[in-house]
Amino acid sequence: MQAPSRTRELLVALFLLGALLLAPPLLIIFNQAARVFGVPTLYLYLFAVWAVLIALVALAVERRHAANDLAEADANVANKESGEAAGEPSDA
Amino acid sequence: MLSGPVIITVAFLYLGLLFAIAYYGDKRADQGRSLIANPTIYALSIAVYCTSWTFYGSVGRAASTGVDFLPIYLGPTLTFIVAWFVIRKIIRISKVNRITSIADFVASRYGKSFQLGGLVTVIAVVGILPYISLQLKAISTSFSVLLDYPEIVMPTTPASAVFLQDTAFYVALIMGVFAILFGTRHIDASEHHEGMVAAIAFESIVKLVAFLTVGLFVTFGIYGGFGEIFAQAEASGALSRLFIIDGVAAYTSWITLTLLAMGAIVVLPRQFQMLVVENVDERHLRKAMWLFPLYLLLINIFVLPIAFAGLLHFPQGGVDGDTFVLTVPMKEQRPILALIAFIGGLSAATGMIIVETIALATMVCNDLVMPLLLRVGRLHLSERRDLAGILLTIRRATIIVVVLLGYAYVRLIGESYALVTIGLVSFAAAMQFVPAIVGGIYWKGATKAGAVAGLTGGFLVWTYTLLLPSFARSGWISQSFVENGPLGLALLKPYALFGLAGLDPIAHATIWTLLVNVGLFVGVSLMTFQSIIERSQAVQFVEIFKRSADVGRVWRGRATIGDLKELLVRFMGEARANAAFARFERENKRHLHDHGPADSDIVSYSERQLAGAIGAASARIMVASVLREEMHNIDEVVQILDEASQLVVYSRQLEQKSRELEAATAELRAANERLKELDKLKDDFVATVSHEVRTPLTSIRSFSEILRDNPDLDADQRHKFVSIVVQESERLSRLINDILDLAKMEAGTSEWHMADLAPKAVIEQALAGMAGLFAKARHVSLETRIPDDLPPIRADADRLTQVIVNLVSNAEKFCTKENGWIRLEAWQEAGFLRVDVKDNGIGIAKKDQEKIFERFQQAGNTLTDKPQGTGLGLPICRQILLRFGGAIWVDSEPDHGATFSFRIPLSQSGAEAGAATFETAQ
Repeated sequence: MQAPSRTRELLVALFLLGALLLAPPLLIIFNQAARVFGVPTLYLYLFAVWAVLIALVALAVERRHAANDLAEADANVANKESGEAAGEPSDA
Repeated sequence: MLSGPVIITVAFLYLGLLFAIAYYGDKRADQGRSLIANPTIYALSIAVYCTSWTFYGSVGRAASTGVDFLPIYLGPTLTFIVAWFVIRKIIRISKVNRITSIADFVASRYGKSFQLGGLVTVIAVVGILPYISLQLKAISTSFSVLLDYPEIVMPTTPASAVFLQDTAFYVALIMGVFAILFGTRHIDASEHHEGMVAAIAFESIVKLVAFLTVGLFVTFGIYGGFGEIFAQAEASGALSRLFIIDGVAAYTSWITLTLLAMGAIVVLPRQFQMLVVENVDERHLRKAMWLFPLYLLLINIFVLPIAFAGLLHFPQGGVDGDTFVLTVPMKEQRPILALIAFIGGLSAATGMIIVETIALATMVCNDLVMPLLLRVGRLHLSERRDLAGILLTIRRATIIVVVLLGYAYVRLIGESYALVTIGLVSFAAAMQFVPAIVGGIYWKGATKAGAVAGLTGGFLVWTYTLLLPSFARSGWISQSFVENGPLGLALLKPYALFGLAGLDPIAHATIWTLLVNVGLFVGVSLMTFQSIIERSQAVQFVEIFKRSADVGRVWRGRATIGDLKELLVRFMGEARANAAFARFERENKRHLHDHGPADSDIVSYSERQLAGAIGAASARIMVASVLREEMHNIDEVVQILDEASQLVVYSRQLEQKSRELEAATAELRAANERLKELDKLKDDFVATVSHEVRTPLTSIRSFSEILRDNPDLDADQRHKFVSIVVQESERLSRLINDILDLAKMEAGTSEWHMADLAPKAVIEQALAGMAGLFAKARHVSLETRIPDDLPPIRADADRLTQVIVNLVSNAEKFCTKENGWIRLEAWQEAGFLRVDVKDNGIGIAKKDQEKIFERFQQAGNTLTDKPQGTGLGLPICRQILLRFGGAIWVDSEPDHGATFSFRIPLSQSGAEAGAATFETAQ
């Protein structure tokens, strides 16, 4: 049995992970002229992270129970949301 | 084979197909079999985000700066990961409040404010206009490039062409017609345009397929896959600089572009329209959360290959990167492919224009024109019957004006910018809505004043740092404004404000606008207060998941339901208004009579329906007008609150009174109890007195009768009987005297002659009067021990005598016949005179010791024993001593005699004297 709001927490974690992986400090590591599998490192890294992120979100929201997790009683969710929003830089 | 007529025919066939799909979609919606009610269509319709800017512009930007077109798509991906929290909340709020546009949303959140709705509309129109013109420019450029096939010629500036020969002009008009046909068919409370949404979803498929086709051809047809393109680029030397992000400025720009795109995906008017207003079921969002980012990923995969292919095909330059999607297939002699690319670009551009103009028209109509008309010509307008017609006319006119303005912008300014830069200017403008919206849905304290300040400040900075410089580029104002700052003030250079140099203009503007916007929004919100309607809207928005019903409004209505219905009919038409009321009846299981009074539920419901048609702010005014202007302004509300608090005070006072009343009742009840008890005592007393009096009377009467009936009794007998009669008479009179005496004392009416007395004298005098008694009863001896120096006491001499006589005669009465003795002692005791009368009589049982001081109560069995006295002696003694301020008590054991003790306070002088004596004794 999953914890009731696991899907929500998973999504927030993925958001933070995405924001981290697709922003400068980590981008610098892959910012090289060299090519991997024939493709410039940075291009490959960005598209790979992007694709994996989408795949993980798809897995998270399309699992069994996910729909129920997400649709759980909205009342007790409203409180959590304010905390989650704080994690989104664009909110400021 | 790519002649003008062919291209135009294909283009028109495509647009015709679009009209057909939209028509079919609307028809299905009217039949109740919605075409768009599934999450895939929803996700595709959101892809209106990918405009000709994506289709042509991304390649152009990739060709000049490499990978930094990507943040525009990574940002929305990030936002969509948390879409379930942020976007769903906005959708829920909008559905509950029947919100029709981003301006409506902001206005509604901050107290249904005209001012804010108008401000947001102005910012949206000014900010988005370049974006619309960008689409027109893309269409006309791609058309003229394609027209020159097989030559590859960059279009000369269309300013030289007469506008009637300009494709962009006709495209603009056609788009206007489409938007009017499928965006303003009717005024609907739900504002769903199903046909339009279906067409947009179709366009999203077309542009994706077109781009993928070109991309696949370039990557795998011309080259041998991704590796080969990049290898060739690397080999060519100069191009490998595009493989990396170069420098701090580029990273800053990466972050700001990500932020801009994260916000833009929600707050761009067309995105808000598709994501929120056209959403039919918020559960569709779940699939869109990954499907839409996947769409973005797919449409971007081939951007870099096409860009590098373009750069490799045209090494000498001279071909605009924005056209590579077209020119690379043309260079490869693939006219069909080029035509497919053209249609893809056309679909990307038209989709954006259609949705954007509908969104802007709704905004302009509901949040700018209607409020103004209602204010200015309100008396006339609110009387008009057919307002639905007026609304539609306003919207249609707005659409035409917007597309023509967009066209004018291309002609005047557009040529000086690359596609992406124009788009980003719009993004930066739309970004100004983000603080007010995000703050509005998560922060209850955000005030209207804060939102107005933030939006105004942000918009002014945007104008200064992006719009004015774009005018300078077009030559409208001096170029030195940008290079040297206004009036040569270097600190105010619009691209390096306050010395923030070295950034690209978009990043620079984003930083400054957000700084000013968020700063003012938060700062002013903290310093100002919300009005009551703001407060209720704020709570409703932030806590939308806690309670979805509208927070009841305050009004004092005399309007009837019929009035409201009439209002809705005027704006929405007979059929839709009736349907809305029928739905209300069904959902609330109520029956509405036209003449029934309009309660808060039906008023809020009607206002929401109306808001769907004309916007929240206008709806509020119109409903207020129907309620006969009796919507409370704040003063009235405050007055109501005052009245309410006065009521609270009254009720407190009432409570206080009732508590007092309870206390009084309790007192009364207690008094009543006491009275009842006294009454019972009185009854007992009367009964006892009667009994006590009858006993001697009976005796007197019976002996008197014997004497009367027997005249021949001998002298001895006669003497004996007469003596008994005399004795009993004496006893009777004594009894009556005692009763009277006691009654007087209890009632406080007896006379008292209080004086300072010498105790020894009084006691001796009393005992002297009893000498006769002791002479008769020789077996009882009386002994006294009275000191000579007793201090004076405060008492009535006769009464004190009475007490002593009573006690001593009692003692004598109960003394054992043989060797009886009575001892009377007196002494001074801490401010009192203490007297003990001790005997060696039969004593008194413990249980009787208290009783004997009550009236008619004697120790022993009064029924069998002959009563020894009146039963009033001791009660009288007690009354006397109480009156003196003293006390009386008894200490005894059966068969061991009894000691009656009493004490009387010393007189004032006596007490002093006594104290003095006491001291000297020490």
